[in-house]
Amino acid sequence: MEDLTSPKQDKKNQELGEARRPWEEIAASSQDPKSGLSEPLEPEQWLETGPQPRSGPPQSPQSRASPPLDDVTGPGAPSPPSPAPEASFIPSTLALARQQLAAPWQSDRTTDVNPKAETPHSHRLEQSSDQGKSTAPQTCQSEGDIFQQSQQTERHLYGPEDVSNNNSKQKELRFNIFQEEDSNSNYELDHTESGVSEGAPSPLEIAIQSAKAYLLKTSSKSGLNLYDHLSDMLTKVLDERPENAVDIIESISQDVKMAHFRKKLDTLQNENEMLPIYETAEKQKALFLQGNLEGVDQELEDEIAENSLPNVMESAFYFEQAGVGLGTDETYRIFLALKQLTDTHPIQRCRFWGKILGLEMNYIVAEVEFREGEDEEDVEDEDVTEERDDGDSDAEENDEDELPRTFYKTPQVIPKEENRTGANKYVYFVCNEPGGTWVKLPPVTPAQIVTARKIKKFFTGRLETPIVSYPPFPGNESNYLRAQIARISAGTHVSPLGFYQFGEEEGEEEEEVEGRRDSFEENPDFEGIQVIDLVESLSNWVHHVQHILPQGRCNWFNPIQKSEEEEEEEDEEKEEEKEEPEYMEQEVGPPLLTPISEDLEIQNMPPWTTRLSSTLIPQYAIAILRSNLWPGAYAFSNGKDSALTGWASSMEQ
Amino acid sequence: MDAESLLLSLELASGSGQGLSPDRRASLLTSLTLVKRDYRYDRVLFWGRILGLVADYYIAQGLSEDQLAPRKTLYRRGRGRKLGNQDPGDVVGSLNCMEWSLLPPATEEMVVQTSVLKGRFMGDPSHEYEHTELQKMSEGEKVFEEEVVVQIKEETRLVSVIDQIDKAVAVIPRGALFKTPFGPIHVNRTFEGLSLSEAKKLSSYFHFKEPVELKNKTLLEKADLDPSLDFMDPLEHDIPKGSWSIQMERGNALVVLRSLLWPGLTFFHAPRTKNYGYIYVGTGEKNIDLPFML
Repeated sequence: MEDLTSPKQDKKNQELGEARRPWEEIAASSQDPKSGLSEPLEPEQWLETGPQPRSGPPQSPQSRASPPLDDVTGPGAPSPPSPAPEASFIPSTLALARQQLAAPWQSDRTTDVNPKAETPHSHRLEQSSDQGKSTAPQTCQSEGDIFQQSQQTERHLYGPEDVSNNNSKQKELRFNIFQEEDSNSNYELDHTESGVSEGAPSPLEIAIQSAKAYLLKTSSKSGLNLYDHLSDMLTKVLDERPENAVDIIESISQDVKMAHFRKKLDTLQNENEMLPIYETAEKQKALFLQGNLEGVDQELEDEIAENSLPNVMESAFYFEQAGVGLGTDETYRIFLALKQLTDTHPIQRCRFWGKILGLEMNYIVAEVEFREGEDEEDVEDEDVTEERDDGDSDAEENDEDELPRTFYKTPQVIPKEENRTGANKYVYFVCNEPGGTWVKLPPVTPAQIVTARKIKKFFTGRLETPIVSYPPFPGNESNYLRAQIARISAGTHVSPLGFYQFGEEEGEEEEEVEGRRDSFEENPDFEGIQVIDLVESLSNWVHHVQHILPQGRCNWFNPIQKSEEEEEEEDEEKEEEKEEPEYMEQEVGPPLLTPISEDLEIQNMPPWTTRLSSTLIPQYAIAILRSNLWPGAYAFSNGKDSALTGWASSMEQ
Repeated sequence: MDAESLLLSLELASGSGQGLSPDRRASLLTSLTLVKRDYRYDRVLFWGRILGLVADYYIAQGLSEDQLAPRKTLYRRGRGRKLGNQDPGDVVGSLNCMEWSLLPPATEEMVVQTSVLKGRFMGDPSHEYEHTELQKMSEGEKVFEEEVVVQIKEETRLVSVIDQIDKAVAVIPRGALFKTPFGPIHVNRTFEGLSLSEAKKLSSYFHFKEPVELKNKTLLEKADLDPSLDFMDPLEHDIPKGSWSIQMERGNALVVLRSLLWPGLTFFHAPRTKNYGYIYVGTGEKNIDLPFML
């Protein structure tokens, strides 16, 4: 008896308090098929009534120790099997807890049997320890075992036992507890115990100890033990007193397990965690609501008539065959965003160019061609600034300093190309997310393209970010983005041979633009090229965007002419002679509609990789072209139908 | 990403633009379950796809019960075509694209040897790269340098690249695995996902490998750590700083980490759910310009 109240138990006793006992009792009693809890109360009831009813039963066994002996031993082996199936064979406390409410308590079993047959939870009860309640803790054992165990432990109450017998029994008990028992061994024990004499630790206590030891056994997988877990759980329940605790006991158990992995946080919770989701959802909802305007019918007709929007979903389907794509719903949202763009701006033709990944946010890029005469706003500003610069340089020269004059003439700024020509043929809009506002990117200047070729930077996702690099980039992220888009388009926009053809030649072009044809149109007679051919040879594909010269423009601009004019002015002022300007060679690039087989190799690697989308079903396969220079640029072609040729560049930079 | 949740994971990772075509997806689903059965792995991860000039490699990894034990890597060659005069319908290699081959584990020498190789993968595992090295040979008293042509197989290169990527950028969220006192690492069945505030911080993600930096931490720092959860290196202190791009997509419903050091590695996690995974789709080249690009 002396060891039953171990220090651990004491602590637990103090912690848990009286009120816990009834709860444990209930849990305990459910495990014992023979226990007759005469008060089949709900947990709340138990707790409300408090310790009072508790004090009753513990004391009673003492008085009723002897009479029930016959009671218990009477029925013996035969009767126990009957109640056993009802209550036992339950692997967890939870089910037990449930069951105990459901199981009809056997009234023939007196309440004192109940305390005797408690689980180790009862160890916390101060009084119970004195009585050496027997335990039937082996929740995982078979039915017969439970019972046999309780049977024998009950017997322990009543007989005086030998110490030696106790020890052997203790060992046997423990042995039995930790392994699967068979009823035979139990019967043996029973027989040996009947004539047992009293010893210092009674077999009942031993049984309790071993049961507790079993519960304290740590799991090999998780390092927890059932004893601690159950006590944590019950602590939590009794602290929080939830409604219908028995119904949510499994989630309580899970929460307790999860609480091991969480640090102690204060109870303040972040309310705004979910807000950004809702905001984005709101924005995107607006996308979907676009169509519900009044006067829908007429607008529908108008829209169908001048459809400047491409069929993004169809292209997305083909790209998916290639393994490239953004996911169906995101593509659809992009589709709607493009529609929004075409609705708000007067756009002739629009295309989804691709998605560029950035550090903080990404860019979705749309290539747009405005209707005639729509976008002339920005042009004048540029000219003004250029003139101002020239004015400044003149002012300096007029100073009568004695500083030596340098002969260095700043290289003339090469003017950017006019809108709708060359690198500025298309206007690009970007947005960070479908549903966000579209921002127009400024036209690109040759200086920006030249510098962009020399640097390599990641995009952050914000257009105003300055680009810090060497050589210094003239502009911020929006300019850099525009320059990269221009380079990518020039390098990777291809189409099958013959899809586009040159327009009718309307007179010869001016001298400066030497025979460069820069306009093309769809070839109505395009019959399509077999997919096999497209995959086989790169000469079946041609670039349909003008190549950008090293100068940074598509059409060569000869800076010499202008500088000659300036020189004439200066000669009048200065006395020194100028050197002859060097003759600058005209830069020539491959003309439009050059087959891509002419592309240069990169580091001994062919510039393009071709693939069939599927060799299992070649009749429906499409040809996929992947650029090795710009990773992420893809082109596909169906080969049979010219309208389905498409391309997109989803870039990672 | 786990082979069991392959479809969902691919959908979540699709924001980077590279994914799998439907026929590959279908074939992967079936072949990965067969791999799991045949090799008796506890979990099979679809690691990703390395793009080559002629063909692509599809890589899968098998995990045993202990999650941090060395993983077995398998590869399968995708369909490709040989440049040249062959019929494009021929597939070089096994016609049956469901077969996976086991790759040998990576060793230090392999990594060193293949670090000299640059450029894209060819797509043919038996392709041999030739690399000329200057080796000092001594004959008698003379010491002269001789050019030696070393041949390195592409398979070796594949192994070392996969190993490097794994060591550098394989990511797992905090709490998804836990360490038992006995040593083995187990999947945490009660992991319900990171909360939103945690998901935005780089410190809640760990490298999925044996820890290297942990020992160097001061005791003060270690005091805050929970030994059952914080047994791997967090991403926070990766050099160079900023080599991870962390973004929230779909409002806050998905957090995506992209590595800038190995472009093509995408890690995704839906906060408050159990879905997470990483996939590498790329050319297998390290981005050594990273410090300049930031």
